[in-house]
Amino acid sequence: MTRLFSFLSSAVLLCLFSPAMAEGIARPAEHAGGTLHLAAQSSPGTTDPQVSYFMAMYQVEAVVYDGLTTFTKGPGPLSRHAIADLAESIPQPQDDGHTWIFHLRRNIRFSNGKLLSPDDVVASMRRIFRVNSPTAGPYYSNIVGGAECLKDPDHCTLENGVIADNQAWTVTFHLTRPDAEFADRLAFNHAVILPADTPAHDTGNSAPPGTGPYRIVSYDPSSSMRLERNTHFRQWDAAAQPAGYPDRIEYRFGSDPESSVTAIENGQYDWMAENIPLDRLAELGSRFADRVHIVDFLNLYYAALNVNIPPFNSLKVREALNYAVNRHAMVIHNGGPAVAAPSCQMLPEGSPGFEPVCYWTRGADPQHPALRWEAPDMEKAKQLVRESGTAGQKVTVITAQQPEYMAMANELRSTLAELGYDASVRSMVQAVQFGYIQNSDNRVQISLTGWNADYPAASSYLRTLLACDMFHPHSDNSINISGYCDPDTDRLMDRAADLSVTDRNAGDRLWAEADRRFMAQVPTVPLVQVRWVMPLSARVKGDVSAPVYQVVFSRFQIR
Amino acid sequence: MFSSGPWGQAIRALRYNRSAMIALAVLLALALLCALAPIYARHIAKTDPFTSNVAGTVLVNGQETDIMQPNDNPLHLGLSPIGPTWHPQSFLLGADSQGRDVAARLLYGGRNSLIIAFGAATLCILMASCIGIAAGFFGGITDAVLSRLMDIMWAVPVYLFAISLSIVTITQGLKIGPFTIASDNLMIPVFIIALVYVPYAARPVRGRVMTLRSAEFVIAARSLGVPRRRILVKDILPNVLPTLVVLAPLLTALSLLAESSLSFLSIGVQAPAASWGTIIQDGEGLIYTRPMVAVAPGLMIVITVLALNILGDGLRDALDVRETSRRSG
Repeated sequence: MTRLFSFLSSAVLLCLFSPAMAEGIARPAEHAGGTLHLAAQSSPGTTDPQVSYFMAMYQVEAVVYDGLTTFTKGPGPLSRHAIADLAESIPQPQDDGHTWIFHLRRNIRFSNGKLLSPDDVVASMRRIFRVNSPTAGPYYSNIVGGAECLKDPDHCTLENGVIADNQAWTVTFHLTRPDAEFADRLAFNHAVILPADTPAHDTGNSAPPGTGPYRIVSYDPSSSMRLERNTHFRQWDAAAQPAGYPDRIEYRFGSDPESSVTAIENGQYDWMAENIPLDRLAELGSRFADRVHIVDFLNLYYAALNVNIPPFNSLKVREALNYAVNRHAMVIHNGGPAVAAPSCQMLPEGSPGFEPVCYWTRGADPQHPALRWEAPDMEKAKQLVRESGTAGQKVTVITAQQPEYMAMANELRSTLAELGYDASVRSMVQAVQFGYIQNSDNRVQISLTGWNADYPAASSYLRTLLACDMFHPHSDNSINISGYCDPDTDRLMDRAADLSVTDRNAGDRLWAEADRRFMAQVPTVPLVQVRWVMPLSARVKGDVSAPVYQVVFSRFQIR
Repeated sequence: MFSSGPWGQAIRALRYNRSAMIALAVLLALALLCALAPIYARHIAKTDPFTSNVAGTVLVNGQETDIMQPNDNPLHLGLSPIGPTWHPQSFLLGADSQGRDVAARLLYGGRNSLIIAFGAATLCILMASCIGIAAGFFGGITDAVLSRLMDIMWAVPVYLFAISLSIVTITQGLKIGPFTIASDNLMIPVFIIALVYVPYAARPVRGRVMTLRSAEFVIAARSLGVPRRRILVKDILPNVLPTLVVLAPLLTALSLLAESSLSFLSIGVQAPAASWGTIIQDGEGLIYTRPMVAVAPGLMIVITVLALNILGDGLRDALDVRETSRRSG
């Protein structure tokens, strides 16, 4: 009788849960449930994942959408490359790197219940161009037909570039040139897969359906965003897209960082989007040390020197400033050694291709490099300025108005004044400043900015920030802010990219060589690499950090 | 010592007003202290209050101490600037987030704040006098045009008006004909603040002139054929002057507050120069750890504005406009 009961019970349970067992879990067995409360000063803009370009929205989209590939949503090294997500695996490129064939996972549904198919992948790739996604040009135009799509987005077909096979359940990409970073680019949120019938325009406050464990059920940019579980989600790979712990995610906007810190301390919020105000670091470190996580990420603060106008068109002046800048002071301005580290090169520590080298510290030069920055060399710097004959010139540092930027800009101004320049600082709202410093018409001499790559790759720093074709005179969209151009180094970067297709390590060595070349010509002053201080409420359990995303909301366990 | 004329009487009355005299003494002391800022910075504190010094050290009780001090917490998070040492030679009021001496900056900042406040009040009174006297004395179309212009300016909230003008001038400087004023020149906040308060000063001046215009001694002068210019200079202006003198401290106080607000919003005095408003902004991020950075300039503003208001009250009592006009009439 007992045996019969046991058998019947097992059979009933098997019948009830067989779909979940076959397709994976919808929610973790333990610690699941509750509402996660997030805070931000302002809303992160459009919810359209192929248009949005804000980190805060990127983090939300990470738990709502999936691409063919993704970055791991668990703790791990910064330099980790993309892993398979909606694709079963990352394929080996064929045809000398020109062709990538992705096998799509089966039985995956969007949050509206529709089954994901290869046609959705093709439509989503097409939509990148049709909605004028910010990265359509730099990341996806090497797909065959991509260049035409950039010119005429409304009639974009990519018919020979992205091909669906609904029988074999595959999607084939044809590229115009081999691309070692193609899998990484597909992992970026602009390449997430949406239903084929998603409108070909920015969906604004209405989020399209996704395949992740959550769906955005309401969004009012003036007040809040609410996410609930996607009932059609079944976990297929915990590293790529883990099933979420919290049942709901409430994101509130309008809380300034000081208030958010206090609210987290008091348990009213669980997490905040902004950097912690520097004056609260000590308090958090002493009273809430067990609730503070310090997350590594590839964020670099640097000063871009305009190499096309005085005084920084002189190599001696650029070298002088690099020698003179007190990077230890910059570390202090960013919260001290626990949070920031001095930087001597454009590739941040932890990124692919990073090889430590410092030319511009006391006792070093390009012929006798040091491994790390030690101290400024003001005497050498003043000597170089004297040789350049530029002392006394007016120099204006353009900066954003955030406290850490202002502090660093004032430090730079002091250094320039000590070198003999008539230096001043002009601050602007960051949204204005970032476009202003890019436009050569504004004749910005030196500007302070930060760069956090979309994905971990040397090219995201070196090619994006310093290649000749990234300098567009008279345009607000010229991310090579220094206006620097060295065709030889560009060719070296091309070789590095080509070599990476077959041998990533060899490619990385060439990227390191390109980094050294840039630093010998110093079109920038790398200042500091910072870590992100993340306080969590007492309710939160577990390590919720992840490279690239910094934090994964689905992994918050609410006590 | 003083003549027995109305000004002499007014000064005598002011001298007997203890509150007003204390306020005047406080203002003079503040102005003197601020004027001595370079001497304090160079010879006493031996510091450059405009240069970042976060990596520097200072001698405190004979011991070399980091200006930015690491916080004693398990995660070693954050650094705090040195707090008040109460020694004039070594960071009397502590350091700000740039490692600069707060006391020295407070004096330099006070110099700029007071220059802007007095400068703006003076310029405002000059402009308001011209407009108010012209409108009140000439009347007719002149009055209609000038009064409507003042009404339009009055309709725009003062701070909104000042912020708008500041944002434009802060990026491009100010060009008036062949003259260009750089965006970091103190004349820009002086001009902007003076301009936004013109309607507030011009209207009472106009009212006073209109009253005077129908006063018996002015009517008598007219009927005797005295030229208008002479009436204006000899009869109207001397009687408007008390109104302007009473307005001056109040406008100075308002200008000081406006300057502080604009500088706090980064659209007044530009770095590395300081004003009490910019120092409050510097201290905003240190309010939990080093409140003195924001509190000290805040107190200076409160004391100065209070002193100016008390002095204004004293002047109003001493130069009672209505009483004077009755005497004049």
